[in-house]
Amino acid sequence: MEYRTVLTTCTYCGCGCGLYLEVMDGRLVGTIPCKTNPVNEGKLCVKGWNVHEFVQSPKRLTRPLLRKNRELTPVSWDEALDFTAARLREIKEAHGSDSIAFLASAKVTNEENYLIQKFARAAVGTNNVDHCARL
Amino acid sequence: MDDKIKMKVQELLQSGKIKGFLGLRERHGQVGPYLFTDGDDLEGLVVGDRFKPGDSRYPLNKQLMKITRGDPSGCYGVLVRGCDERGLKTLFGSGQIKSEQVVPVGIACPQDLADACECLKPYPDERVAGEAAEPRSFATVAKVEAMELDERFRLWLAEFSKCIKCYGCRNICPMCYCSECTLENKDFGDIGSLPAENPVFHLTRAIHMAGRCIDCGLCNEVCPADIPLRTLYKKIADIVEEEFHCRPGYGSPETPPGLNIRGEELKH
Ligand code: SF4
Ligand code: SF4
Ligand code: SF4
Repeated sequence: MEYRTVLTTCTYCGCGCGLYLEVMDGRLVGTIPCKTNPVNEGKLCVKGWNVHEFVQSPKRLTRPLLRKNRELTPVSWDEALDFTAARLREIKEAHGSDSIAFLASAKVTNEENYLIQKFARAAVGTNNVDHCARL
Repeated sequence: MDDKIKMKVQELLQSGKIKGFLGLRERHGQVGPYLFTDGDDLEGLVVGDRFKPGDSRYPLNKQLMKITRGDPSGCYGVLVRGCDERGLKTLFGSGQIKSEQVVPVGIACPQDLADACECLKPYPDERVAGEAAEPRSFATVAKVEAMELDERFRLWLAEFSKCIKCYGCRNICPMCYCSECTLENKDFGDIGSLPAENPVFHLTRAIHMAGRCIDCGLCNEVCPADIPLRTLYKKIADIVEEEFHCRPGYGSPETPPGLNIRGEELKH
């Protein structure tokens, strides 16, 4: 039996609470809020407390899905990106840039959020950028 | 204090008496639980008094329950303060941890921590480091009891109304180990909605801590809403003592908690 605690940061929102993940024989078995972290001082919200569950959830998406004949179907990244790019272009041409909106996420890095707003403004030409907390 | 503990742990690990020592380690600038299996890691061992005494305590017995279940034949050392020792005794008594799987390494708490905790026994029976501080009585309970009944009720309703229902008080508690928690039973409350039912949510938990709470105060520290949960559970422990003449964790290690609560027998 191997038991480890791994210090990490909660991925649920932009606060960045510090927590330890408990790892037993390679599987996550619990979350412990970090008491010395100045952000959360040993506290977490209900989502943070359950971080260890979503990482290994069988419901987690691991591949891109495309709706084909009303069914979500696993496809390759190339197919998913080609389809998305083609549809975004069609919509932009038919209805204008402001018919498209982008929702950024607290669950990704700062740099990835920068990229999505850059893509929205520079590539698509819209200021319609919002955040997952208002979904 | 840290050095005495390190020497003791080194000795236990080298003798092969324990497979690992569950304590606290400072790494990457933070203090958290850590299972020491190799004497070389001991450099970073701390007891949880970072900026002030007891500011980085963790429910080590809760982690110990997982470890001893994951390795049912292994024997492990664990860092214990007075409250952790009370927890261990109660967990042995209720069959959650087998005493033969545990070697406690005790430390006594300094007086300022005993004062802040209002601790009835701020030291374990057997200790490797620290001087036993003076016990303190429950001044916070006395203060609430001095209030009129309806004023008291209003106080608790106002406190409970701040709850964000994070379940932190249950999750951190080293004495909460039920596989099915009443606080997540949909016949009992509306589990997925906010706010928490007031006062049902909190009183349910309080009543479930009767005969279990060993007054470590971790629930109070984890509560993002600063609800004085510890004061409530201290009162519950007082009632249990009055009615059943026992306080969880204060007896000898051999005696089970002494409580065998069955609904029908509780006629008062
Ligand atoms: S409850 Fe008692 S034993 Fe536990 S940390 Fe506080 S003073 Fe120490
Ligand atoms: S003080 Fe709180 S965390 Fe500690 S045993 Fe009692 S209810 Fe659990
Ligand atoms: S820790 Fe505090 S806020 Fe969270 S569920 Fe318990 S009482 Fe409510």
